[in-house]
Amino acid sequence: MRDVAIIGIGMNKWGELWESRIRDLYVESALAAMDDAGVDHVDSMYVGCMSGGLFVGQEHIGALMADYLGQAPVPATRVESACASGGAAVRLGFMEVASGMSDIVLVGGVEKMTDVDGGGATYALATAADQEYEAFHGVTFPALYAMMARAHMAKFGTTREQLAQVAVKNHENGSKNPKAQFPFKVTLEQVINSTAVADPLCLLDCSPVTDGAAAIVLASVETAKRLGKHQIVKITGSGQASASIAYHSRRDLTFLSSTEKAAQAACKMAGCTPSDVDLFEVHDCFSIAEIMVIEALGLVEPGKGGPATMAGATAIGGEFPVNASGGLKAKGHPVGATGVAQVIELTEQLRGDAGARQVKNARKGLAQNMGGTGASATVHILEVE
Amino acid sequence: MITARNWRETPQRYRLEAAKCTKCDTIAFPPRIICPECRNREFEKTTLASQGTIETFTVVRVGPSNFVDEVPYAVAVIKLDDGVQLTAQVVDADFDELKIGARVEAEFRKVSQEGAAGILFYGYKFVLAH
Repeated sequence: MRDVAIIGIGMNKWGELWESRIRDLYVESALAAMDDAGVDHVDSMYVGCMSGGLFVGQEHIGALMADYLGQAPVPATRVESACASGGAAVRLGFMEVASGMSDIVLVGGVEKMTDVDGGGATYALATAADQEYEAFHGVTFPALYAMMARAHMAKFGTTREQLAQVAVKNHENGSKNPKAQFPFKVTLEQVINSTAVADPLCLLDCSPVTDGAAAIVLASVETAKRLGKHQIVKITGSGQASASIAYHSRRDLTFLSSTEKAAQAACKMAGCTPSDVDLFEVHDCFSIAEIMVIEALGLVEPGKGGPATMAGATAIGGEFPVNASGGLKAKGHPVGATGVAQVIELTEQLRGDAGARQVKNARKGLAQNMGGTGASATVHILEVE
Repeated sequence: MITARNWRETPQRYRLEAAKCTKCDTIAFPPRIICPECRNREFEKTTLASQGTIETFTVVRVGPSNFVDEVPYAVAVIKLDDGVQLTAQVVDADFDELKIGARVEAEFRKVSQEGAAGILFYGYKFVLAH
């Protein structure tokens, strides 16, 4: 395998983008990434997208985007692993460059979620669970994570306030991110008193429904050096793992085993441990998720994620900053784009371009993206030369 | 075909039929072709225990499009007395009666309906055991 560099990044401002079609969202971000890299063509494309079919009635996203980006006839494939679609697309792009099969690969992610109503979005997202044995019974994604939260609270004494602090911290960070869907702060009281969605989770514990896209350009380090536009940021580790599709089939209802395994694989490839990493972008689809992810990454022991969050360990300037971007919670969660956007945030941070939310002395970053209740997880490690 | 898609789940949803691995005794619900524990491919038919314990639960207050008229309703992960865990609604109980560790038993109920003709889908829900 050869080294792989991130030579370009691009994403649009996320939100409820009524005027934009899914193809426009993608092309805007992809062009921004190609402009950032200084390239006008790519050898190959991967597009993460969870459910074009249910959200906008459009499948065959890869070819559509190659066409509208003016890149046809390059190979273009849509990648789907539920909410980890973006992370899985990054991994495939990484593999294609690392293998030497292509020199410049465009990895994007997109989701257009506001063309359906709330019930339609909840239904589409629930297809990431076991359709016949979870969703059939009326389970929603907030409900599945609410059950994780209740199990975690019962086993470890995790508190309602600790859950809410994840949202408070991520909105604090997101208030400094001009691309975020919700760039404003919230208080513990606002989170706890927001509309109940699935007990004990409330609206402000949940990541939002978002229209958005994100794209990165990957290339060999030789090509990155020849273009010479940016400091060289490399992907040094990539890991992916799976677990049972149904949450109820897990032996431990309070631990995300696929995240642990994906992180172990990525760290082995990069020759480091999570404790060597300076900042983390993780999949906080719900407040409880961030707490369980930092436990699965081994940053804290199981059960200590809530107290560590309350103590400020995960804040910018804390012991291990998590979601400096604002996370899924404040930045938004256009599901297919999320895993790519995490890599964009880390690249900006490692380049030193993150402005008011810059993590000091950031040399190494880790992105963790998760599908379903953790049936899929991807982890990537980035380093700046 | 929503009718066929649901009809083929009937043995599991109506009668809690499962498959027990002939090598390691793992019970697969729904039945599987290969054992997730030992990769054996031989199973014998078994029926799940109808009683169990709530492992975790929630009250759904914002439902998916096919359940918007049902909210609020409780769903739980239930560990049956044979060790199998499944997800189901817990009904006919006040929400404040629900707690982790509560004993529940399966009943045969209507679960949802679909389509303009309102085709009914049946299956298991749980009630508090007395």
